[in-house]
Amino acid sequence: MNYLTLSLALIFVIIPLLLSKVLRLELEKDTIIAAIRSIIQLLAVGYLLQYVFDAENMLYILLMIVLMIAAATQNARRKGRSIQGITWKLILTFVVVEVLTQGILLGLSITPPTPQYIIPISGMIIGNSMVLSILFLNRFTAEVEDHEDETELILSLGGTPKQAIHRQLITSIKASTIPTIESQKTIGLVQLPGMMSGQIIAGADPVQAVQFQLLILFLILTTAVVTSILLGYMSYPTLFNERMQLVKSRMRE
Amino acid sequence: MPVTETEAVRLENVSYSADGQQILKQVTGSFPEGRITTLVGPSGAGKTSLFRLINGLRATTSGNIYVQEKPIEVYNPVELRRKVGVALQSATMINGSVFENLSLPLKLQGKELAQDEALDLLDLVGLKRDSIQQNIKDLSGGQRQKLSIARTLVNRPDVLLLDEITASLDRVSQQDIEELIIRINQNYGTTIVWITHNLQQAISLGDYTWVMIEGEVVETGDSSLLNNPSNEQVKRFVKGENA
Repeated sequence: MNYLTLSLALIFVIIPLLLSKVLRLELEKDTIIAAIRSIIQLLAVGYLLQYVFDAENMLYILLMIVLMIAAATQNARRKGRSIQGITWKLILTFVVVEVLTQGILLGLSITPPTPQYIIPISGMIIGNSMVLSILFLNRFTAEVEDHEDETELILSLGGTPKQAIHRQLITSIKASTIPTIESQKTIGLVQLPGMMSGQIIAGADPVQAVQFQLLILFLILTTAVVTSILLGYMSYPTLFNERMQLVKSRMRE
Repeated sequence: MPVTETEAVRLENVSYSADGQQILKQVTGSFPEGRITTLVGPSGAGKTSLFRLINGLRATTSGNIYVQEKPIEVYNPVELRRKVGVALQSATMINGSVFENLSLPLKLQGKELAQDEALDLLDLVGLKRDSIQQNIKDLSGGQRQKLSIARTLVNRPDVLLLDEITASLDRVSQQDIEELIIRINQNYGTTIVWITHNLQQAISLGDYTWVMIEGEVVETGDSSLLNNPSNEQVKRFVKGENA
């Protein structure tokens, strides 16, 4: 595809703009900003990736991963700002998930150790982990607030903080991972995953594309579960002090 | 109150603030072992906060609390909360059956509550034996309160803190619970501290009474003091409650 053909794709931006104008949805400004941002961001990433791929330098790959983790942390931390030290907890979660998944992929030679594989897969892993973190933190902070009575009941009966928060923790872990599991049940039936579709459009063998997509799906499954559990078990102790008291000020946003 | 009695709980200059608001101001006094002390006072006097401090659910801003003559900081929080049980007006339950709620304190210790022991507790608090598998959603307010007390008793606490446990109950349920508390006090020698809005209840059940107003203990003594208070604030409070 050349830039002239790509410019024709702007028709797909003009259609929502016109509809918004006619129906007075007032979405024009946001639509234009979104379109401009996606053009600039994706082109910049495209050129950056090309540079990193050509350079074949491990340092550049690491730098790209660090950037991804920083951006994901910045985005997710807003949802968990009521939890003490959430920034470091998120960074640690993303690092563990990245090391675990890439460790398996590269260690067992499932994918080759080239930037063409490491960077896009890292992007999918960290991106997915970020979404899971946001889902988990949203649910967990709400559960803690809504079930404060239950938490204090268990503490008052001589339970430990872990026992007192167990139900809320498990509910939040389940609630944040269920969408990933459920969406995998219908994958291929309702929609073809974007990455697989992209590979097929680019001329890849559909069966090969499916095999690679399956690998990514299983990676995302691990990412989802590990992210929620790790973040959950690192977050709950900060809600209590050393006298096993629920510290309310640490729960507030 | 007589100084010769052993103190189950002693408070020395206890102050407590939360959200920038002072809730308790220099509270000093003690609850004698094996006796029933009632706590009365208008809403917002800090009575429930005092319970949370004694049970170790909250930390004092200043001052000291002693349980059986030892500062509460000496106890492991879990040990303290088993020694000092608390039952609140809300009678919070976990989802599940009567038995699941009753066995919760032992489950938290990794132990099982024997069926016989559970039935004995139901007998003690006046709940029917066949309610043991009943879902807590089907219990009335009075039944929940009784279950809440029974659940607190599973830990065999030396001190039992009761926060307005009869406030929302009808007269018959109220009487049942009053008799139950006297029975617990007499049979097990449990020290009872009971927050109540019902002054007649405070007089008839309590050996001693504390009157708290705006975070301060303004008068203490034999519970008959409510019939003839000496403090002006207490006089106004009693008059208001009896009006």
